[in-house]
Amino acid sequence: MPLASFQTSVPVVVDDAKCIADKGCTVCVDVCPLDVLRISDMTNKAYMAYDECWYCMPCEADCPTGAVTVNIPYLLR
Amino acid sequence: MALDQIVDGLSEVSCDVLVIGGGTAGPMAALKAKLKNPKANVVLLEKANVKRSGAISMGMDGLNNAVIPGYATPEQYTKEITIANDGIVDQKAVYKYAQNCYSIIEELDSFGIRFLKNENGDYAVKKVHHIGTYVLPMPNGETVKKALYRQLRRARILISNRYMATRLLKSADGRIAGAVSVNTRTAEMLVIKAKAVILCMGAAGRLGLPTSGYMFGTYENAANSGDGYAMAYHAGAALANLECFQINPLIKDYNGPACAYVAGPFGAYTANNEGSRFIECDYWSGQMMLEFYNELLSGKGPVFLQLKHLHPDTISEIESTLHKVERPTRGLFQQGRGVDYRSESIEMHISEIGFCSGHSASGVFVDDNARTTVPGLYAAGDMASVPHNYMLGAFTNGSVAGIDAMEFADSHDFAEFDVADVAVERDRVMAPTKREDGIPPNQIEYKTRRLVNDYLQPPKVTRKYELGMRRLAEAREDMQERMIARNAHELLRALEVQSIMDCADMAAHASLYREESRWGLYHWRTDFPEKDNENWFCHTLLSKRDGKMTSEKRAVEPYVVPIADDEKDLYDKQRIRATA
Ligand SMILES: Cc1cc2nc3c(=O)[nH]c(=O)nc-3n(C[C@H](O)[C@H](O)[C@H](O)COP(=O)(O)OP(=O)(O)OC[C@H]3O[C@@H](n4cnc5c(N)ncnc54)[C@H](O)[C@@H]3O)c2cc1C
Ligand code: SF4
Ligand code: SF4
Repeated sequence: MPLASFQTSVPVVVDDAKCIADKGCTVCVDVCPLDVLRISDMTNKAYMAYDECWYCMPCEADCPTGAVTVNIPYLLR
Repeated sequence: MALDQIVDGLSEVSCDVLVIGGGTAGPMAALKAKLKNPKANVVLLEKANVKRSGAISMGMDGLNNAVIPGYATPEQYTKEITIANDGIVDQKAVYKYAQNCYSIIEELDSFGIRFLKNENGDYAVKKVHHIGTYVLPMPNGETVKKALYRQLRRARILISNRYMATRLLKSADGRIAGAVSVNTRTAEMLVIKAKAVILCMGAAGRLGLPTSGYMFGTYENAANSGDGYAMAYHAGAALANLECFQINPLIKDYNGPACAYVAGPFGAYTANNEGSRFIECDYWSGQMMLEFYNELLSGKGPVFLQLKHLHPDTISEIESTLHKVERPTRGLFQQGRGVDYRSESIEMHISEIGFCSGHSASGVFVDDNARTTVPGLYAAGDMASVPHNYMLGAFTNGSVAGIDAMEFADSHDFAEFDVADVAVERDRVMAPTKREDGIPPNQIEYKTRRLVNDYLQPPKVTRKYELGMRRLAEAREDMQERMIARNAHELLRALEVQSIMDCADMAAHASLYREESRWGLYHWRTDFPEKDNENWFCHTLLSKRDGKMTSEKRAVEPYVVPIADDEKDLYDKQRIRATA
């Protein structure tokens, strides 16, 4: 069976202007319990790659530059 | 390199004690094992990152079950937990916990974790339970993980993050020999030989589907997919009382605690839509959950946590705890809905089902030394059978497990496993990556958990269970024959679904075995609506024998702390009597 991709609005947003992943930071990617954040090959900034979030906050709390915002996933908002 | 690209690889390492799961119980177990024998190698293996993993990833607002001299006695606590569990308790382990937990509090205090004290410098314990006083707030609860991590670094524990354990290895004579794991970002496999293994993989929290429909909006940390239960099962260890499900009262949709244990001591209470109280006590028991469930369905629902009658300063104090630690997005959630605790009550609902001994009594069977039925294999925390253990129980029994496991490792050599077992496991793990075409793990997981809700959630109806098991068997076939994983991250989810499926099967099997109703909502069987002490005043043990799931009865051990006849049903009287 062929696969289709599924649109989803992700809860975690990274402010590219503040993110210093291009200088080597990976803190949010490292701490996430669900392992859903990645550094983009294209922008060299962190982003949410998988919509599998426990809205728990370590990514936001530990980011050294305050670039991460955790929102409540849409389905339970 | 493409995102989460799969790398083919298999390596092997060895250690004296392997601890799997670095949430709450795991770090303490690893620390105690290492302190017991500083020359030994202790490995702490974690699916996520020990810095921020597990139920306490953002800290905790308090200890739910602190037995502190002057406020409560081990005898009183043991009695309370026995009654709250309808008597089905091996008291030895509970009593031992109650005796040891105070010294663990002092130790946590020495790590820099602070507990609330009054003007005289005594611990300021609050009453939430029916009988005793055990709830101790933690003013800097957000620091728990950092404080633990410092201790692990200082003790030179070897930490392996982002490795998911998948199966245990045993020798021909049945002793533990190690574990197989897989890197969650590369899919490379790692075999860890160990003399003793401690399982600390938390609750089976992704069993039922939250009512929001968001698969990761679970009560438990969603990384806790029940891998520990599945691994123990496949290793032949016994699992106790799995039919005693975990179900919790939570903020509706948000699906996290409100939390009555924080707000209750300040005067908050649970009420129906008429504003009336309907339960005697907010402590989470199956009996309390049944009253909650009944109220929701009675026409007097929704159910609310009522705060608005409190002084604004008090509300601010409660808010500052609820919105800072444990589940800090609670504030954001309420804000999004325009709910201010000063003018509006918090709408509550009940959670999806799961296995958890931390809150209930469903776990891998352990004795008072945290030993499972497999020699050299230990379990602690939410996944081990000591009931109503909560965070302090995870720390205390993690400590017991660490010390006993190191003693075992010191007196045994490595057990030899069959290399063929590793090859079989490697094939199972990698199978979804070998298919060109098929069903992605998220669809199989959604369907499995939707079936759990439709068929296994209480009230438990035999006919529904039989149908549910048929549907689950069909989903299992899809999972085994057709599931695909296109990268290492999808493989992680594909492996988790297999644990979830095993847990669903165990939940169904265990529930059908116990032909009575017990523990309020947790095991309410409509075909056997009464409690049957004559035939079922016992534990049930589920295990894998000759490849098949089997259940048996196990007698409750003689009590250490006697319970008087008129005390036995104290938790049965949860509903507030109507007064004229
Ligand atoms: C929202 C919430 C609020 C709570 N509030 C309180 C409270 O106020 N007071 C209180 O006393 N208790 C509270 N509890 C209960 C308490 O937090 C738990 O009982 C305790 O933390 C459980 O510890 P644990 O070590 O068993 O599990 P966890 O701390 O959850 O750790 C399990 C670890 O295992 C890892 N893991 C899972 N599978 C694998 C695998 N296959 N391979 C490797 N690693 C794996 C996970 O990533 C995780 O780090 C709360 C629980 C929750 C969820
Ligand atoms: S922690 Fe912050 S700065 Fe670092 S990678 Fe993540 S978003 Fe960027
Ligand atoms: S909120 Fe939690 S689960 Fe979601 S991205 Fe951040 S750390 Fe990961």
